[in-house]
Amino acid sequence: MKHEVREEVGGFVVAFEGDVDLQTSPDARKVLLECVGRGKSVVVDLSGIGYIDSSGVASLVESFQTARKGGQNLVLASVSDGALRVLKLARLNKVFTICDSVEDGLAAIG
Amino acid sequence: MNKHANNVIEVEDLVTHYGDREILKGVTLDVHDGEIMVIMGGSGSGKSTLLRHLMALETKTSGTMRILGQDIDNLTQRDFFDLRKKIGVAFQGGALFSSMTVGENVMLPLYEHTDLDQMTMEIMIRMKLEVVELGGFEDLKPSELSGGMIKRAAFARAIVMDPKILFCDEPSAGLDPVVASALDDLILLLRDAMQMSIVVVTHELESAFKIADRITVLDKGHILMVGTVDEVKNSTNERVYNLLNRVPEDENMDMDEYLQRLTGVEVKEETIL
Repeated sequence: MKHEVREEVGGFVVAFEGDVDLQTSPDARKVLLECVGRGKSVVVDLSGIGYIDSSGVASLVESFQTARKGGQNLVLASVSDGALRVLKLARLNKVFTICDSVEDGLAAIG
Repeated sequence: MNKHANNVIEVEDLVTHYGDREILKGVTLDVHDGEIMVIMGGSGSGKSTLLRHLMALETKTSGTMRILGQDIDNLTQRDFFDLRKKIGVAFQGGALFSSMTVGENVMLPLYEHTDLDQMTMEIMIRMKLEVVELGGFEDLKPSELSGGMIKRAAFARAIVMDPKILFCDEPSAGLDPVVASALDDLILLLRDAMQMSIVVVTHELESAFKIADRITVLDKGHILMVGTVDEVKNSTNERVYNLLNRVPEDENMDMDEYLQRLTGVEVKEETIL
């Protein structure tokens, strides 16, 4: 799994590429918590994700709650059907703001 | 090589014994990726034995087995360990540790197989408990749960690692029809949402017909047929018909074998009057 972080006016955009699984989710978690820890809102671009497992989703949940605690936001963008099924399983589609694109995500956190 | 690219399990000519007794007598079976395969059969048909072999918990006499493309006879210990991480098992009685809470039971595979952060593991188990509708029950002990809840907790533990294959041994056994039906719905949900391949051993016809993509009918260690629900329901095979309609078998009793089994005394054919 690769990741790229870029800073936009409204906050950080974190783009992941590859699979987020038991091996790679600790790195994804670290990146997300670091971005949240810098006090800005975050758009997580999932367009390059092939597969995300429960440990990856757990990292998203933890980062989202940490962001909320700090008065920030964290939204998901370009969520694949497979990832959406995993989110829906634990009703997390009702928890996260899910945007069609990064641009929509930036508008949502702005 | 897999015979078919989308097979997650391939069993060929599996023969097993308990002592001198032959249990499985040349079983050949495929399970496709993303399907629910129900293994049905009466008591003593060999279905639970077959399941234990698929879970690599037993030693076979002969035959080959490939799980997720790997020949289980030629695995290093490391490969075997990695393979087991991709397999979840919901045991018949739940097999929860009574001294541990529900949450600790569900977390056990994560402790055993991963180095994930504690918070990640806690969120994962709570998500899985939500999936099986046991959200908020993580601090209870198994003794404080109903039979249906114990089965659900066992399912949460079985799926906590997002397995590719899930084995379920008699998931509806001992449950009332409403709770059993809800468990069937859960199995269907896991197939659809997590794309799992699921092997279910059951003798509950209603449950089998509700969840199965295909059914394997076992009888006395042989496969009688493999087919869709409709194919099994419409089978003209007498033994399949008897099993579906719960007709007692009109066996051709082998008197010599029966008496030997009762007495332990073997009588040679030439001495029989």
